[in-house]
Amino acid sequence: MAGFKDFLNTLLKTFFFTKKHVKLGIYGPPNAGKSTIANRICKDWTGEEMSSVSKIPHETREIISKEKVIVKHRGKSLTLNLIDTPGIATKIDYEDFLKFRMTPKQAKQRAKEATKGVIESIKWLDNMDAVLVVLDATQNPYSQVNITIIGNLVARKIPVLIIANKMDLKRASIKRIEAAFPQYGVVGISAQYGDNIDELYDLLFKVTK
Amino acid sequence: MLTLQFVPYHEIETLTSEQKIRKLLGLVKDDKIVLMQGRLKFVEETRLIETTMKEISPSFKGIEICTIYPRMKSANITDKLRAELISLFLGNRDGLTIIGPATLVKEIKRDPNKVQLFAKELSVGKKRLKVKNNRKLVEY
Repeated sequence: MAGFKDFLNTLLKTFFFTKKHVKLGIYGPPNAGKSTIANRICKDWTGEEMSSVSKIPHETREIISKEKVIVKHRGKSLTLNLIDTPGIATKIDYEDFLKFRMTPKQAKQRAKEATKGVIESIKWLDNMDAVLVVLDATQNPYSQVNITIIGNLVARKIPVLIIANKMDLKRASIKRIEAAFPQYGVVGISAQYGDNIDELYDLLFKVTK
Repeated sequence: MLTLQFVPYHEIETLTSEQKIRKLLGLVKDDKIVLMQGRLKFVEETRLIETTMKEISPSFKGIEICTIYPRMKSANITDKLRAELISLFLGNRDGLTIIGPATLVKEIKRDPNKVQLFAKELSVGKKRLKVKNNRKLVEY
């Protein structure tokens, strides 16, 4: 009888009291390192990467998702549906891509795809259970795009964790980001080198609980 | 020549979100730098970005936008409540929103204490406009 009760409890907990998957969106402006972070998390827990990365802005121009990423950290477990999104921008000029040795045709095509990517990112905002907002710690954080993204998430009551990425670079400053968004948790990492990733996982469990 | 157009709050307060966005984008696409009294809601800001992306073309490359919002950090509770009540009944008329076309505005830089708008200085070449350097236009 006791065995049956345990089984019933486990069944109830599994289906009713725990969330099966947490949809974790990775948002931010272009070239902040969203895909590098997505790859880092994905590689840590599945052994494979999910997105391509590039120095050319708007490398991710479509939503990329990876299901069943099981994060096991300090005795806790979390199943993520990890969603890497195109960078959100207010302007896209195909001529900017010409600096990266693209032909005008390639640059125009990339710009066209990038505009669609921004629209997709915004549409997906409503689908998220929690969001990592990735900011380049070497850049001024007071951009309207950053404020709009975070403001939208708060308005939709979606939990937010701000990531100050590229902390390995000399000009990086987590203090500047903390000062700009004092009411949110900020974690400074280097996604490229894996610095401070453990703290990211600590806060990830807090944000998604 | 750069044109700055002021949009007082009473001109937009009765408009729907869609109408506000159309009005603002219309002015920006006419190569005007808009100084709007108040601010859009965050959801309206994302709709503005979405609509901007849909309309990007070789001649319209997007927008630069910045909202200056009075800091309430130092205000006491009475002032904060008063501000909340005013905004509840009269809308978000506090602050200032600057929106300009990306073809004319290179960047709007903001830090906690000031906003700087850098305009592109355009010189007409034989067939196309060429960016010479950046010129600081507005300091708030």
